[in-house]
Amino acid sequence: MTLSLEGLRLPLTPFTLELDATLSAHVTAIFGPSGAGKTSLLEAVSGLRRPEAGRIVLSGRVLDDAAAGIHVPPRERAVGYVTQDDSLFPHLSVAGNLRYGAGRGVARKAPFGEDRVVDTLGLASLLDRSPATLSGGERRRVALGRALLSAPEILLLDEPLSGLDRPLKERVLEHLLRVKAAFPLPILYVTHEAAEVAALADEVVVLQRGTIALRGAPGDVFALSAEAAYRLRSNGPNGPA
Amino acid sequence: MSEFAVDLPVVWFTLRVAALAVLLLAPFGLALALLLARRRFPGKALLETLVSLPLVLPPVATGLLLLKFLGRRGQGGRAARALFGMDVVFTWKAVVVAMMVMSLPLLVRTARVAFEEVNPRLEAVARTLGASEARVLSTVTLPLASRGIAAGLLLAFARALGEFGATILVAGNIPGRTTTIATAIYSDVQTGLDGRAYGLLAVSAALAFGAIFLSEVWLKRRTNA
Repeated sequence: MTLSLEGLRLPLTPFTLELDATLSAHVTAIFGPSGAGKTSLLEAVSGLRRPEAGRIVLSGRVLDDAAAGIHVPPRERAVGYVTQDDSLFPHLSVAGNLRYGAGRGVARKAPFGEDRVVDTLGLASLLDRSPATLSGGERRRVALGRALLSAPEILLLDEPLSGLDRPLKERVLEHLLRVKAAFPLPILYVTHEAAEVAALADEVVVLQRGTIALRGAPGDVFALSAEAAYRLRSNGPNGPA
Repeated sequence: MSEFAVDLPVVWFTLRVAALAVLLLAPFGLALALLLARRRFPGKALLETLVSLPLVLPPVATGLLLLKFLGRRGQGGRAARALFGMDVVFTWKAVVVAMMVMSLPLLVRTARVAFEEVNPRLEAVARTLGASEARVLSTVTLPLASRGIAAGLLLAFARALGEFGATILVAGNIPGRTTTIATAIYSDVQTGLDGRAYGLLAVSAALAFGAIFLSEVWLKRRTNA
């Protein structure tokens, strides 16, 4: 299971995202300051943004090839994208949200069904609720479950802990660790929090102004980067918020 | 003054043609609203202007244009003859066409705002979950815009009920065939049948009040994310 970004070029303002990387870790953190192009990368992988040049290849399947004019539309990509604002459908119940993409799951004989996803994320008591009545942490878990049930080949998580207060952050992080343990799915995890990288990621790619500044195991990368190491200490699991 | 009376056949005829006009207008008007809300294309400003033109052009002028177009020697009139073997002008069909043209701006403008208020992120996420464009439209876009769409349809219906200027030119005021509430009020007053005119005034005031009130309620209660 690898995601190859080959000569990927995506014009953003005020810079251009330019990436050349093969990612094959279980959880790869895309780490960097706001505006480094992290979300744009997820949009490109999910097919919502079309690269200007280069190729995106997921497990040998070409999703984008600008030179050959190939652009697989989002609905045919099998990508579980959880956006930063969670984007739950406000007019559907939690169950309706969870099942929205499940038709594809049935068609592809998804390796994990609704019961297992609901159980792993602790959603059983929420199924009949409306998204408007959920807390921030519950919303993130529902969005995660919805993505998992659409039979994805890769999960794209955009700052799934941002905007949550500290106790909620820890609870959702716990659920993310359970997802990582329960489902053998590669995950691209966008964040600007070193503590989350340390807790979840097997590899970290540091993005700065659209290019890869550093990549490697979280321990190595943060040892190399004085600034990042400082952040890791100051935001660590037992440090101040 | 003549005796107060409600000309029920005229009311019934007007309700039926106005409903038909909105029904026929809905698919086209909603598609146009969606196009204006979601796409950028050359000539968009021109299209927006054309759609809104009936709001400000004198209705009688719009009626004159329609009369030219749908008359025996007009493009539309000849097409209707060739395709369906029927005349349009001075029939109930002309009433429907006049109502459609005059209520188009209200439907398109209201529905467009409703579509614009649907968060495009939700549509994007639906696509990543495997939904086709048709499924995105029917399960995300339309339900989330439904209150605005309903309000737009109701406003269009209310506008159609009161149509006068374009109707009288292109369909005339033929009792029992093309006379609507609005044209009946005019001819009743002209012929001194004030009581009948007041009867129709009461009906149209009630209908207009109900329609506007409902559409306001729908627009205010709209729940979008």
